[in-house]
Amino acid sequence: MAVITFSINGEPVSGRQDESILEIARQHNIRIPTLCHLDGLSDVGACRLCLVEVEGTAKLFPACSTFPSENMVVRTDTDRLRRYRRTIVELLASEGNHQCAVCVVNNHCELQNLAYQVGLEHVRVQYLFPRKDLDASHRDYIIDRNRCVLCTRCVRVCHEVEGAHVWDIANRGINCEIIADMHQPWGTSDSCTSCGKCVLVCPVGALIEKGATVAEMEKHRAFLPYIMTARTKHEWIARAIEED
Amino acid sequence: MDKTNDTRTIVIDPVTRIEGHAKITIRLDENGRVADARFHVNEFRGFEKFCEGRLVWEMPGLTSRICGICPASHLIASAKAGDDILAIQIPETAELLRRVLMLGQWIQSHALSFFHLSAPDFLLGFDADPATRNLFGLLANNKEFLRKGIRLRKFGQEIIAILGGRRIHTPWAVAGGVRDPMSNEEHAAIAAWLPEAKATVLEAIDVMKSVNDRYRKEIPNFGNFRSLYVGLVAEDGSFEYYGGGIRVMDGMGNTLADRVPPREYARLFEEKSEEWTYLKVPYYKSFGPAEGMYRVGPLARLNICDRMGTPLAEAERRTFRQLAGEQETVNNAFFYHYARTIEMLFAVEEVERLLGHPLIRGLHVRARAMINSMSGVGACEAPRGTLFHHYEVDENGVLQKVNLLIATAQNNSAMNRTVRQLAARYLDGKEVTEGLLNRIEAGIRCYDPCLSCSTHAAGSMALHVVLESADGTILDERKR
Repeated sequence: MAVITFSINGEPVSGRQDESILEIARQHNIRIPTLCHLDGLSDVGACRLCLVEVEGTAKLFPACSTFPSENMVVRTDTDRLRRYRRTIVELLASEGNHQCAVCVVNNHCELQNLAYQVGLEHVRVQYLFPRKDLDASHRDYIIDRNRCVLCTRCVRVCHEVEGAHVWDIANRGINCEIIADMHQPWGTSDSCTSCGKCVLVCPVGALIEKGATVAEMEKHRAFLPYIMTARTKHEWIARAIEED
Repeated sequence: MDKTNDTRTIVIDPVTRIEGHAKITIRLDENGRVADARFHVNEFRGFEKFCEGRLVWEMPGLTSRICGICPASHLIASAKAGDDILAIQIPETAELLRRVLMLGQWIQSHALSFFHLSAPDFLLGFDADPATRNLFGLLANNKEFLRKGIRLRKFGQEIIAILGGRRIHTPWAVAGGVRDPMSNEEHAAIAAWLPEAKATVLEAIDVMKSVNDRYRKEIPNFGNFRSLYVGLVAEDGSFEYYGGGIRVMDGMGNTLADRVPPREYARLFEEKSEEWTYLKVPYYKSFGPAEGMYRVGPLARLNICDRMGTPLAEAERRTFRQLAGEQETVNNAFFYHYARTIEMLFAVEEVERLLGHPLIRGLHVRARAMINSMSGVGACEAPRGTLFHHYEVDENGVLQKVNLLIATAQNNSAMNRTVRQLAARYLDGKEVTEGLLNRIEAGIRCYDPCLSCSTHAAGSMALHVVLESADGTILDERKR
């Protein structure tokens, strides 16, 4: 695999051709905010928080799904990008019903952390207060669409890792929502294996465990790279042979 | 002033040094005598409505946000309603810990009412200059006493912070128990405060008794009337704040209902809404809206119980009972203050007793279950009176209906009557005197109404008095 050399924020960096700008930036300790990206899942560039500037074009590129070319000049932290990122978080906050103080994942929420990160002090756009529903029909878990940011991590983990593909997106634009199977109550889904991966990867309090109370739920996502590494390297097969 | 109008209205707005915002209207008849008095609550919160569609597990955290003064009471009532819906017996340690939390709540709230809000009236006098008749005036004249009071309130807050992790809006009590047990360090930290707290409360009781003596002449006008009294009592009829059943007593000491399970509260009480206030007006059902006026809170609790479970408080309760004189119950709203100090004493003694319980440091504090009942009621004694949370859920635990019966609402009718009585005594002709305003405010403050929001503990006395004719024209206006 060819090695590419280019620059991020004036610093020379290098990485493999099949590594995204985000991956290479992280290898060089350059922080780019993300929301829909999660190590171990494919990238979809949905949240637009990782947008970067590339010299020679006015267009902005999502770092998670853009691959560098030789001598590319990338900037990740300009005034314009900071303004855009803050606006994106404001829009996310305004289009759902996010009440941090009484939320199950208060203090453990990626959206909340992002708001701190981008310096969100107040929201300049009007809150939409959409009327969204809460589905508590599953035995163990709850989906509260009021808090969903449509990052689609749940869709991807269910499809790519669990292989069940319970979740998908219905409707278009502002009316988009995450649905189970054929748009039915989660508890009636035939394909759901109740593995709980979607709950753990959800960055906010949209997918939660039943019975969790305010600020009580912490999500541990380290399992994902572990599973993915084990799968690609066939570690469990090696272990099984050893044990035989 | 237009003297041709038959009726006039005196408005006191805002009423200060209570928790929340309100105004008072006094209506006069054609002879200039007080016809009616109304205590308006202008805030609208809408909790009962917007909690619909939420989950029963979230409710303790959600409803504790109703108030910053007594969030722990809402937390406990809500957690208990959740226990009822899960239909489980919570671990014994969890109940003991919840009790300690509630007592912490009582201590801080009662200390706030007594030292911060009411003491300026008691110690500086009702007719003292409003500019100094507040916490700062007290600071100048009775610094050491006030300092002790602030420390006592801190003790209550510390109990809540130690158990719940934070002073205000802790989500620590949950349906099924509490989130964390009490560690040895936490136990020791609470225990270390007890001697100081007890000494302060005893001093407050002495001050209260001297105030009772000093204002002997004035007190009979402070909401002195017979009413029903409602509160929780334990299975043996003794003083209760967390469990037990509802007792209803009339102003002659007759027990009308006894140890009724909180789940059946709707059998006893009904609520009506008035267009002039956002505060609902509950009443004792079988007596109807007019006769069914009842009072809750410290005065009611001390009237209805057979005894108090701790020695010093019980001794003090017997002294309190003597105030009833010929009557069977203490009917004067001014003695709410005295009752409150006795409850502070009880709370400190009871915390001490609970800390000595062998199970208090148990580790099993939370039981888990799914929805087993479609309806649940949780009741407890909030500092201001009996609090009910009633939820109805679907099979997944999503709320379909929420009814909250709040202590201050239950005192609503009695507060109106108190204002009427005070106005009738102190309204001097057509003049709105400073003394009248002060006494009406003080009369309201007997009930320590919590209108859920801000305290005016250190605010200036921003009184706004409006004289209105029956058709709403402003005839006279006075601001200070």
